[in-house]
Amino acid sequence: MVARAAREIQPGMVVNLGIGLPTRVINYLSADFPVCLHTENGLTGIGPTLPPEQADRNLIDAGGAYVSTLPGSAFFDSATSFALVRSGRLDLTMLGAFEVADNGDLANWKIPGKFSPGVGGGIELAQKARRVVVLTTHTDRAGNPKLKDRCTLPLTARRCIGRVFTDLAVIDVGPNGFHLVETAQGVSVAEVKEATGAPLIVPDTPLPSF
Amino acid sequence: MKLPDKQISMEDAIAHIGDGATVMLGGFGVPGTPFALIHALVRHGARDLTIIKNDANEPDMGVDHLLKSRQVARLITTHLGLNGRAIELMNSGKIEVEFNAQGILAERIRAGGAGLGGFLTDIGIGTELAEGKQVVEFGGKTQIIEPALRADVALLHAARADSFGNLAYVATARNFNPLMAMAADCVIAEAECLLPLGGLAADDIHTAGVFVDHVTELGSLSEEYAVVQR
Repeated sequence: MVARAAREIQPGMVVNLGIGLPTRVINYLSADFPVCLHTENGLTGIGPTLPPEQADRNLIDAGGAYVSTLPGSAFFDSATSFALVRSGRLDLTMLGAFEVADNGDLANWKIPGKFSPGVGGGIELAQKARRVVVLTTHTDRAGNPKLKDRCTLPLTARRCIGRVFTDLAVIDVGPNGFHLVETAQGVSVAEVKEATGAPLIVPDTPLPSF
Repeated sequence: MKLPDKQISMEDAIAHIGDGATVMLGGFGVPGTPFALIHALVRHGARDLTIIKNDANEPDMGVDHLLKSRQVARLITTHLGLNGRAIELMNSGKIEVEFNAQGILAERIRAGGAGLGGFLTDIGIGTELAEGKQVVEFGGKTQIIEPALRADVALLHAARADSFGNLAYVATARNFNPLMAMAADCVIAEAECLLPLGGLAADDIHTAGVFVDHVTELGSLSEEYAVVQR
């Protein structure tokens, strides 16, 4: 699924990869692929992640991983970093999710009473990137659907999600709900429907798999 | 003419911070966090502080020392995910925490430093972060009024400084430091390398010394500044 999500990135894009699963997308971008990765703590042009023995103590991404620069990288302060986000210069962000609703609402920062570390930069990424996609397991650890007819957890942003990549499927959020676009190899449409907590619109034509 | 000398010892720089002060701390994770100045503030002992910092560092690092010594009453921040103690203190009501969206915190500080009263934004509309905030219709859109943020004191970390307080940061250690440098009544910077006047080329300065009140040189860097071994 991470490899499939990586194909969402088009040449020339400015992209922010959220903490967790989305960060792994970087491993599927080849050294000569033209893309500019942004991190909220003040860098455009993220280079490969480094092990501690090679790390620069002053060079991390927003998730705290030690990263490197590329020829052409730039550093800036936190206000500039979010000016970039809010003003529409971010073509794509890939985020994790607790819940995605079939109207595009996203909840990914707080589980009341259990998990409330703060929202970080998530609201601005979800609200202002030109395209927002989610990279997540299709269900939570208890097997409950993460794709639902409405979010029950506090929202990160409303109607922001365009596409969801999961271990089972690629699903678009359209004007009338979830549309199945692709299935993972060996996964049936029935299995995807079963694991999804909202109606799933399935085209009549055969679906590609990834 | 000659630019004034703002060098001071760390203890003297911190000495006038009173109980109940609002203190901005630079840094995002380890890079840019003024660990030595934070230790000096712990030794100084001012209590009932409002701390403004992007994050609460990790256990036994930076802000965590101020939490352990119970000097913090209130924390204005964006994310506490790497510090379980901060989350515990928040959940048990021992500190008050105000979460801001990260870019909104940065911009509130920038506005404070720019002499503005606040700004309008649609960030957070429709989420609980907008609850209780003043909303206006402006430019055909519903927008939140975000007030500017200032502090009594800002504690900053720079890679290089000169004796007038001109500052240069490196890599992702810049983050909130240049914003906070403009948004506090008293700005104190620690520098890894303190140069004589002229040691920093005018074109290479990120924060003009005119914003900085005191500058102090770090000796050898403590373990807290090093690469975190996870």
